[in-house]
Amino acid sequence: MATVAQLRWKRAKRIVSRVAFYGLLLVIAVYTIFPFYWAIVSSLKSGSDLFEVEYWISQPHWDNYVAVFREQPFGRNILNSLFVSVSTVTLSLALALAAAYAIGRVQFRGRMLLMFVILGVSMFPQIAVLSGMFELINTLGLYNNLLALSFSYLIFTLPFTVWVLTTFMRELPKELEEAAIVDGASPLTIVTKVFMPLMGPALVTTGLLAFIAAWNEFLFALTFTLSSEMRTVPVAIALTSGASAHELPWGNIMAASVIVTVPLIILVLFFQRRIVSGLTAGAVKG
Amino acid sequence: MKPATSHSRLTRRRVRWAWVFLAPMLLVLALVAGWPLLKTIAYGFTDASLINPEAAQFVGVDNFSFLLQDPYWWASVWNTVVFAVVSVFLETVLGLIIALALNAQFRGRGGLRAAILIPWAIPTVVSAQMWNWMFNDVFGVINHMLMSVGLMQHPIAWTASPDTALLSIILVDVWKTTPFMALLLLAGLQMLPKECYESARVDGVHPLTVFFRITLPLLKPALMVAIIFRLLDALRVFDLVYVMSGNNRDTMSMSVYARQQLIDFGDLGFGSAASTLIFAIIALFTVVYLTVARVGREQ
Repeated sequence: MATVAQLRWKRAKRIVSRVAFYGLLLVIAVYTIFPFYWAIVSSLKSGSDLFEVEYWISQPHWDNYVAVFREQPFGRNILNSLFVSVSTVTLSLALALAAAYAIGRVQFRGRMLLMFVILGVSMFPQIAVLSGMFELINTLGLYNNLLALSFSYLIFTLPFTVWVLTTFMRELPKELEEAAIVDGASPLTIVTKVFMPLMGPALVTTGLLAFIAAWNEFLFALTFTLSSEMRTVPVAIALTSGASAHELPWGNIMAASVIVTVPLIILVLFFQRRIVSGLTAGAVKG
Repeated sequence: MKPATSHSRLTRRRVRWAWVFLAPMLLVLALVAGWPLLKTIAYGFTDASLINPEAAQFVGVDNFSFLLQDPYWWASVWNTVVFAVVSVFLETVLGLIIALALNAQFRGRGGLRAAILIPWAIPTVVSAQMWNWMFNDVFGVINHMLMSVGLMQHPIAWTASPDTALLSIILVDVWKTTPFMALLLLAGLQMLPKECYESARVDGVHPLTVFFRITLPLLKPALMVAIIFRLLDALRVFDLVYVMSGNNRDTMSMSVYARQQLIDFGDLGFGSAASTLIFAIIALFTVVYLTVARVGREQ
């Protein structure tokens, strides 16, 4: 029989461990959220308020948000990023869907080797192709042109989309296709009429992940564009400069950061479950 | 018509179609990856300049022998290795803690899981700038916090001082990438068999013993794949280092070094040699990764 003291001791221990657990959760939440919260707070401070550490703002000022669009072609930069990301993702998905059907549904020799090559390309460091790509882009006359980015981004969006779509394609039941084959449907019809509707969710997930990767890309965008009108958002935010090197317009930089991140966060939270399954399909199942 | 021959004819037709479907993807991949890679390797053996690549002369392995004698190259290799090892180690430990916490049942679990996706969703350049501002020596919130709780007497120039610059970059990477690690490990944890835990609980085994004796060994394959995946990513780091401290020698990574030679100094030949060497290093790691992944799948 447990004595009263023992019972009390047990209960105290349980309470302490509960408090510790919730404390840990709180620390995790603050650690992940605070930096972005601080960017929002800073972006809403105007003038010299920015240089006072104040954790709460009672009176939001939108000056920085106005200044970002007035002092630099930030609207244009956003459109650039949208154009590049959407075009490269659309092209990747179209090419990858066809390829994923071939790899995922048809038995042929060299299939494993092909998968290894694709996985290998997805591990390519971008720097390894930088000089060759630079020359190729110059030859094609695409330097300081957004098409150079749509084109070069395929090096990381394409292997990723092929890989993930293939994993999804493999999991679909065999009977689907058999019925269509018996009916004499051509492979093109099978892909567009049978698989494409079923692959809808997979295409959304993969497309979203590829979109985020393209939206965030920095090295190629920095190297293959020259004028500030041709910059994408990451380059514009990285190269924002003030009157002198020591006077960076932090208010503007924070406002620009919040503008491009809020839509991304909304997208990610909305597609949360799918993103997690897509990420794990891309990494763990590999 | 015998069913067997019609079947094999159908198979042959399907295989032919498969290659038709693969062709556009393979062609694009050869153009955006294969060709530029071969071109980079070829440039590595020439004295090509960025302004006039056509005038390149073959110089053998000169670029590579210069590279291996350049202390700045070795400094960038060292920075990259320190960055990769330390940040991946911290990400794994923190990621494991967060994954274990999220694997428990509590109210608001979905909300917290959503919250940890925020750092992952933020573009690297944006997180670099956000932290640059927080690390600011005069107006930064981090110095303010540390000084107001009495941990520091004087403000530190986190990103400018050679002692702390690399550490700051590592801390930002840890913040940004731990969620990815946590989610991968959480997926691994949720696949573990429940029975082991039930019997351990009945036997009254201490939670820490359960972790080290049951969870960690079972999680090992997922953990290995995640670590190598992240290491490969960390070895090619460019944007975080470049945005936080530019071409600063104290923090320069291999990719930053190669790009500076290529673009800023216009030395296409030498920069390509550096790029080729980076490619070789990462290719070696990739082979290791593929082997581990295959072993993991076969188990």
